[in-house]
Amino acid sequence: MNVLTDNFSLYARGFLGTVELTVYAGLLALALGFLMASFRVAPVASLRAFGTVWVTVLRNTPLTLLFFAVVLGLPRFGLVLPFRVFAVLALGCYTSAFICEALRAGINTVPRGQGEAARSLGMTFGQTLNLVVLPQAFRSVIPPVGSTLIALAKNSAIAGAFSVTELLGTYKTLNELGYDIVWTFVWIALGYLIITLALSALFHALERTWGVAR
Amino acid sequence: MTGTTALYDIPGPRTRQRHRLYGVLATAVLLGLIAWILYLLFDTGQFTYTKWMPFVYKGIQELLLRGLGNTLKAFAIAAALSLVLGGVLAVGRLSDHRPVRRAAAVLVEFFRAMPVLVMIFFIFVALKAQPLTALVAGLTLYNGSVLAEVLRSGVNAVERGQREAAFALGMRKTQVMAHVLVPQAVRAMLPAVISQLVVALKDTSLGYLITYEEFLHAGKLIASNLDYDLPFIPVVMVISPIYIGMCMLLSWCAVRVSRREQRSPRTGAVAVATPGPGALLPGGEPPTVPKP
Repeated sequence: MNVLTDNFSLYARGFLGTVELTVYAGLLALALGFLMASFRVAPVASLRAFGTVWVTVLRNTPLTLLFFAVVLGLPRFGLVLPFRVFAVLALGCYTSAFICEALRAGINTVPRGQGEAARSLGMTFGQTLNLVVLPQAFRSVIPPVGSTLIALAKNSAIAGAFSVTELLGTYKTLNELGYDIVWTFVWIALGYLIITLALSALFHALERTWGVAR
Repeated sequence: MTGTTALYDIPGPRTRQRHRLYGVLATAVLLGLIAWILYLLFDTGQFTYTKWMPFVYKGIQELLLRGLGNTLKAFAIAAALSLVLGGVLAVGRLSDHRPVRRAAAVLVEFFRAMPVLVMIFFIFVALKAQPLTALVAGLTLYNGSVLAEVLRSGVNAVERGQREAAFALGMRKTQVMAHVLVPQAVRAMLPAVISQLVVALKDTSLGYLITYEEFLHAGKLIASNLDYDLPFIPVVMVISPIYIGMCMLLSWCAVRVSRREQRSPRTGAVAVATPGPGALLPGGEPPTVPKP
């Protein structure tokens, strides 16, 4: 118990680091994922190809390799940024591929007749998209996007191993200070549980408010 | 693409012309992007002889191959063990005895909620295990729990009539499971099981973080060598196609198996799981089949 009380500020810093990483990487992943999903359903062949390549490559890349390439590879191009930014880039790009697939699957659940009806009412493409297709797609993508973001929070542990201030990374300092290692990990595990359970509660609430009535 | 989504009608001649214009513009932008990256690569001297020289040496090639072998070894052990653990936990979750069911559920939920890296570090640091043991144990606990969920949802997805008919014939629960439900469930969930194995294969690279001498570790050794002018980008260029290729091969297997099982008459009473958008994501939701 005294592991936590003695080092509360260290744990708190790690915890906030993980939260911050998850939030920024999540925002990046949502933005990039939305862009890629719109590429993948675009009527332009080259954009579709780009989206497909992006998704296929990133889904089949180990995240550690991506971290390795971004954290240690990008500085070779003279791009020197703080580790934290690199971690957000790697996590965000990686997760964007899965967000993209979730969004695309959501758009494809909207029946064709909905779009046809909207167009026969004289709606423009923008109106069809904003008033008919996206609201319905949004309802069905809440659960998959939620589980993707929970996975993102868990995957952010890899950033800790690449020495970004993060929850898992706190074990190193505590180990050197000679604290009981098992309890150190118990509190780390609890920290992750808090984050994942909070995210899952948030998305359950969203699902209850906006989700598809079944 | 057009015709399958609610987004567009089949385009007419003017729209097709407009799309062609967009296509040309998008292609130009993408080609520009590729050219810029190539320029950066050449400009920072990534294609010099010194940087690519190590890959000619036999010792370096052997180092890489040894790393690849270690990666595959960890994957094979972890895959086999997680299939076993998944089977055991699935049996536990489908048990008729409440304490067993509860215990299995708690284990599965806990190991799925933990980041796999935290478990690996715990086993490596706190239990002082060898890197290979720690890696395999962590991967097994996580993927085994996910596979248990996959198998359980497969068994539950078999049409109710199958179970009822088997019980009506006088079979015991074990017989119903072994002869009727599990064979159909395994067929239906095989694609999902394979895509979960892709996750396990990807996650073997976490061994790099606990100094297990796997493929990425071998790459790092070469990349941090001053004699070859720190060939970082070349190493990434050599390693990533191999990693991505292996994973894509396995994912492709999952898609093929899924197509084959969908056509098979033996999956008539259960919906085959297709690798969905969340498949292949470490830490993501396991694919489940739609309820019949």
